Amino acid sequence: MAEKIRVLLAKPGLDGHDRGVKVVAAALRDAGMEVIYTGLRQTPEQIVTAAIQEDVDVVGVSILSGAHMTLFPAIVDLLRQRGGGDKLIFGGGIIPDDDIAALEKAGVSKLFTPGASTVEIIDWVTRAVAAKKNDEKLL
Amino acid sequence: MSLYTEFQGGSEVALSKIISHIENRREGYQEVLSRLYRTGGRMYRIGITGPPGAGKSSLVNRLAGLAAEAGHRVAVICVDPSSPFTGGALLGDRLRMQDIPLDKGVFIRSMGSRGSTGGLAAATSNVTVALDAFGFDTLFIETVGVGQMELDIIDACDTVVVALVPESGDAIQALKAGLMEIADIFAVNKADRAGSDQMVYDLQSAMEMKAVHSEWIVPIVATQATANVNLDELYRHLTAHKAYLEKTGLLAQKRAEQLKKKVERVLVKSIQRDIDRTLLNGAVLDDIVGRIMRGEDDPYSAGQALFRQYKFGS
Repeated sequence: MAEKIRVLLAKPGLDGHDRGVKVVAAALRDAGMEVIYTGLRQTPEQIVTAAIQEDVDVVGVSILSGAHMTLFPAIVDLLRQRGGGDKLIFGGGIIPDDDIAALEKAGVSKLFTPGASTVEIIDWVTRAVAAKKNDEKLL
Repeated sequence: MSLYTEFQGGSEVALSKIISHIENRREGYQEVLSRLYRTGGRMYRIGITGPPGAGKSSLVNRLAGLAAEAGHRVAVICVDPSSPFTGGALLGDRLRMQDIPLDKGVFIRSMGSRGSTGGLAAATSNVTVALDAFGFDTLFIETVGVGQMELDIIDACDTVVVALVPESGDAIQALKAGLMEIADIFAVNKADRAGSDQMVYDLQSAMEMKAVHSEWIVPIVATQATANVNLDELYRHLTAHKAYLEKTGLLAQKRAEQLKKKVERVLVKSIQRDIDRTLLNGAVLDDIVGRIMRGEDDPYSAGQALFRQYKFGS
């Protein structure tokens, strides 16, 4: 049996627009993944705690509030501090090209902007998780 | 450093990775389970079950908070259905648990049911072993939304709360076998809706008609989880039920029964896996089916012959 890819989808901060993240959640579910959706108005602390407790492979963050330059780095940094640096972070939102470059440099693996198809997202998650190295020793 | 060593040092990251190893049955997981099992045994396990949308997650949201405030180290496992078609799952229980004080160290883990049909995932009871060994003393296990016969929860926990809603049925529904028989406590949730008093009354009557009466009178609590109404009372009954099981010796008895089943399951699964690997490989089965279809054999004789071959090697 192939292992399930586990994805956390979260919406941080003051942002009530959750149609997009629900569409992505349904698409990833239908692609055979286990999707944990945390709901709206999450703090970076809540998101990182959930990512670690759920041991997800990937954290997807949806931001439509314009606060992406604050929230993404906060999540990336906290995740690394708390020992979750192996988890990939991707995001979606209305994010200008210049900001995308800066965020990718800051540790966000991939950003999807309006017009991205769910097929693209499924494809990226599948490949990115497959490419991850796993060198943890159980015993 | 290995995950197991980090786990022993109290790393939550290691705990959740070990849970993934157990869930995916990665190499070495059985050895880890054996070790973990021997260091646990203190955790009290509370199951919350009931139909979809009854408010199970919202009840856990409140109850786990009350337990954490009372000084317990609390863990939560919440199971949601995996798709029988794609294997995918939307695990949305955590979403309802926003009031749980994560700063008090409450650990929440969502699981997909992954092909199991009894209300829990096949790996759920093994995951409880890891949580127990990690040092949690109170566990809430939330099942998938169940019907009348998905009762795996009774083998995985000490106290069962069945959550219903005012619309869950009439006096006859309350008398039915299955789900209605496993409750140590009933919560009639969403009690602000019409019919709540009647539901409580019907459940009370049904409990009084039980042929076998125990000393424990099943409490029926009308709750509103999201508005936080009567959750203190529900929590008080949880504590009382635990004390009752401990005082009467029923807790040890119940756990002994569960262990018998557990050992049996480990044995049966080992045999099943062995059979899958050796006897039931495709070519052998194709050959047998061919003979049956040509009228040279029948399924009953063929099955018995395979069993003899497995047991006696001929």
